[in-house]
Amino acid sequence: MRHVISILMENEAGALSRISGLFTARGYNIESLTVAETQDKTLSRMTLVTRGSDEVVEQITKQLNKLIDVVKLNDLEESPHIERELMLIKVKTNSNNREETKRTAEIFRGKIIDVTTHTYVIEMTGASDKLDAFLSVLEEDIIIEVVRSGATGISRGEKGLHL
Amino acid sequence: MELSGGQIVVQCLKDEGVEFIFGYPGGAVLHLYDALFHQDELKHILVRHEQAATHAADAYARVTGKAGVVLVTSGPGATNAVTGIATAYMDSIPMVVISGQVPSSVIGSDAFQEVDMVGITRPCVKHNFLVKDPRDIAETLKKAFYIATTGRPGPVVVDIPKDITDPAIKVPYKYPKKISMRSYNPALKGHSGQIKKAFELLISAKKPIIYAGGGVILGNASKELTKLTRTLGFPLTHTLMGLGGYPATDKQFVGMLGMHGTYEANMAMHESDVILAIGARFDDRVTGKLDRFCPYAKIIHIDIDPASIAKTVRVDIPIVGEVSSVLKDLIHLAKEKMDKHHHKSLEPWWDQIQIWRDVDCLEYDRDSRIIKPQYVVEQLYEVTQGDAIITSDVGQHQMFAAQYYPFNKPRRWINSGGLGTMGFGLPAAIGAKLAFPDQDVACITGEASIQMCIQELATASQYDTPVKIINLNNRYMGMVRQWQEFNYESRYSHSYMDAIPDFVKLAEAYGHVGVKIEKPEDVRPALEEAFAQKDRTVFLDILTDRTENVYPMIESGKAHNDMKLRVALDTPINRELA
Repeated sequence: MRHVISILMENEAGALSRISGLFTARGYNIESLTVAETQDKTLSRMTLVTRGSDEVVEQITKQLNKLIDVVKLNDLEESPHIERELMLIKVKTNSNNREETKRTAEIFRGKIIDVTTHTYVIEMTGASDKLDAFLSVLEEDIIIEVVRSGATGISRGEKGLHL
Repeated sequence: MELSGGQIVVQCLKDEGVEFIFGYPGGAVLHLYDALFHQDELKHILVRHEQAATHAADAYARVTGKAGVVLVTSGPGATNAVTGIATAYMDSIPMVVISGQVPSSVIGSDAFQEVDMVGITRPCVKHNFLVKDPRDIAETLKKAFYIATTGRPGPVVVDIPKDITDPAIKVPYKYPKKISMRSYNPALKGHSGQIKKAFELLISAKKPIIYAGGGVILGNASKELTKLTRTLGFPLTHTLMGLGGYPATDKQFVGMLGMHGTYEANMAMHESDVILAIGARFDDRVTGKLDRFCPYAKIIHIDIDPASIAKTVRVDIPIVGEVSSVLKDLIHLAKEKMDKHHHKSLEPWWDQIQIWRDVDCLEYDRDSRIIKPQYVVEQLYEVTQGDAIITSDVGQHQMFAAQYYPFNKPRRWINSGGLGTMGFGLPAAIGAKLAFPDQDVACITGEASIQMCIQELATASQYDTPVKIINLNNRYMGMVRQWQEFNYESRYSHSYMDAIPDFVKLAEAYGHVGVKIEKPEDVRPALEEAFAQKDRTVFLDILTDRTENVYPMIESGKAHNDMKLRVALDTPINRELA
């Protein structure tokens, strides 16, 4: 099963490699991983998406908690939460498909943020499966490149992951 | 007080109460070694290879309970130490390893003797640090000792670039008295509700067993374990790492469990209805085939490390906390609530265990005209009155030591259980002897293992650590040969030892006493003579039976009730059958 784990960790050199190293050393898989500094400069917040049985995910969270640099963590799957991912797509355009591509992007609430005579760059945020859906409706041969941030997530309601 | 980085390291170690540093100098730690030169409070033990520094410090930690301290240089000094760091990590031994690093300005440039020590050791340390400012040394070292010795202990590496210890740069020094870390707070007390539930389950058990591991030793919970076991009247088995936690000569002790455990211990585990696991981690050498592990048992697991719980085996009642504290709570409940006739209800279980015991699984040919390794260990036990510190290397001799030397006290049995590091025994014996100079220390080893750190005979001579080396010399890598006999139709691929040195001459070359023993009747007198020479390191090269095997054995992938015995049984003996 897919799990989204939110991790608050010390903002120190090497903290990220401790986490990624743990996953390789113990044979867990990482589907995606995003990380950045928080408003408190001494902390980083990571969102890690992984897959595994309940037993494996329980071990993953325990092993992560054991890392000295990890301050707190939370399996978002355990309560209602929101996930968003950012995607940038560069597509080829010509007089035949420019309008069509723009309309499709708008249906998915995407924004065109760069235009040249032969290309668009479309920015889109949403749950990962929405981004998948958008990609699947584009004609494959017009896609020049796609870059995705990986999912970030936050729990709904008053609960929060903080010190 | 203003000090240089090098002086700060030395002062921190003093303020931490460190007695010994095990190390080897080199370019990146020269400032540090110069600071050491100007004092004589800290005793530096110069080993002959950095691996030995880590093993000696590790054994010092195992016998004293204090953190062992290692000092090595960058590059090869650091990588040589890695085997010993991984050894300590697998057995949760508190250790602080200070490694030199190339100057900050050249880190990342493939400088001479540069290696990414923090990167290399990341998977085999509890934590590690790279110090970037001399002002950070004191706090970093305080954290290192704090992390290494608390919670589930483990090794911590502190990598210090050469410029950080520069004598020309002086900074204010103050060693923190206490430290707290927002991201590290090991649990101490167990959850009282869980402990109550555990107690209820324990007293309802008809066929209980206590399965106690190295956590009992590391957590100094031997007294509590003994008290609880006697109060409950349960049989107790130890893992390899737990030996000595409960007195082995006591009748409630059913021997070690696992791959080379006793018939009674493994059968009792298999047939049990309740298992109380204490400071043990359900290692594969203990459990055998996981899906046939203890099929009828409900499991209570006490451990300070939550990640140890339910890692490989599902647990019914997990209790996270310090073993000694949780055991005290259980003892308290037992005193308050246990029925006086409780022990009576366990009699049928003990009757069954007696039937398994009667198999006498550790029997061997005592009339052999060739020296049996088991016989040597039994004689060693008698000569040392069961009170020596025994270190071992890895292989058959290690298992014979565990099986035939009953340990009645904790911190007497020093071996590399988790990583299984050959070469551990001799430097470990030196580390143990330095910690307890008045204690008899023997290293049970084999001719293959001993050659992996044989150079430490020089260290033993330099620091006058008179240990006794019991070399069970069978001219084979015994355990490899045994597996090849069982699983590869006796194709002994590269497991024999050719060109074995003359150990007697070798011992003498290092200034020690060497004795070769070839007949069973010479074993006892040679051991007595060796221990009578209190101030000499004695190397006993004992030629043992070449093809002796370690029994019982649960082969890989088999269950506890599927043991290979010296004298095979047709089916496991259960009371119904008997």
